[in-house]
Amino acid sequence: MTVTVTWYLILAAGLFSIGVGGVLIRRNALVMFMSIELMLNSVNLTFVALSKNLGLIEGQVAALFVMVVAAAEVTIGLAIIVAIFRRRSSANVDELAEMKG
Amino acid sequence: MAELIVFIIFAAVALVGAVVMVTSSNTVYSAIGLLSAMFAIAVLYIALDAHFIAAVQVIVYAGAVMTLFLFAIMLIGVDRPEDYGGVSVGQKVMTAVVAVGLFAVILLAGKAAWVTGSSAFGTPDLNGTIENVADELFGTWTIVFLSTVMLLTIAALGTIALAYFGHGPKDEEATL
Repeated sequence: MTVTVTWYLILAAGLFSIGVGGVLIRRNALVMFMSIELMLNSVNLTFVALSKNLGLIEGQVAALFVMVVAAAEVTIGLAIIVAIFRRRSSANVDELAEMKG
Repeated sequence: MAELIVFIIFAAVALVGAVVMVTSSNTVYSAIGLLSAMFAIAVLYIALDAHFIAAVQVIVYAGAVMTLFLFAIMLIGVDRPEDYGGVSVGQKVMTAVVAVGLFAVILLAGKAAWVTGSSAFGTPDLNGTIENVADELFGTWTIVFLSTVMLLTIAALGTIALAYFGHGPKDEEATL
C-alpha cells in the first residue's frame, strides 16, 4: 500500500477544518491567530503535495511565498495584539466592541 | 512501506497537535500543539522530496514564528481564566458542525475537480533541492521575490511604528 497524493490532500483538508473550527470557537486573539497559521500550513502542504504529484516546482515556490506572507502577517498581527493588550489589558476579542453601533 | 509508516505517524502527530491547539485552555499548550503540528508537516515535506521547503518550515515557522508567539504569550500572560469562558455548548456544537461540513465540502470539491494524468507533464522525479527551487524562484519569479522583500521591510517598519506610537490611553493624544 503506497501513499498517494490523495492522503496528503485529505490530511491538509482536515488540518484546515480544524483551523477553521479554532478561529470560530476560541475567543483568545492569540489562539485565533495560531489557528490561522495552521490553515496557512495546511494550504502549503497541499501546494507541496501537488507539486510532487504533477512534477512541477512551482508549487514549492508558491509555498515559499505563502511562508513569507505568513511571517509578515505574524509580525504585524502580534504587534497589533500586544498594542491592544497594553491599552485594554485583555486579549479577548469579545471585549473589543467599542466601535459597535 | 517506510513512507506509509512515516505518513501515518506524522499525520497523527499533526492532527493531534492541531486538536490540542484548538481545545487546550492554556495558551502555552496551544503553542506547543501548533509547534508539534508544524514539525510533523516539515517531516511530511521531506517525505514529499521538498527538502528546502522542509528546512524553511523548521527555521521560519517552528523557529521564528513560534518564538514570536511565545514572546507575545509572555507579554500578555497566561493566567487569565476570563479569556477562556464565554463559549456556550451551542457554539461548540455549531463550530463542530461547520468544521466537519467544511471538511466534507472540500473533499467533495476535490473529488469533482480531480487533476488526472499527472505524469503526462512536468518532471516525473521532482526533487525540491535548493538548486531547483532557486532556478525557478530567481528565473521566473524574480519580480515577485523582490516584492516579498519589500513586503517584509514594510512589515518590520509597521511593527516598529506600532510599538513606538502605541502608548497607553493617556498618552494617545500627545503622540498621535
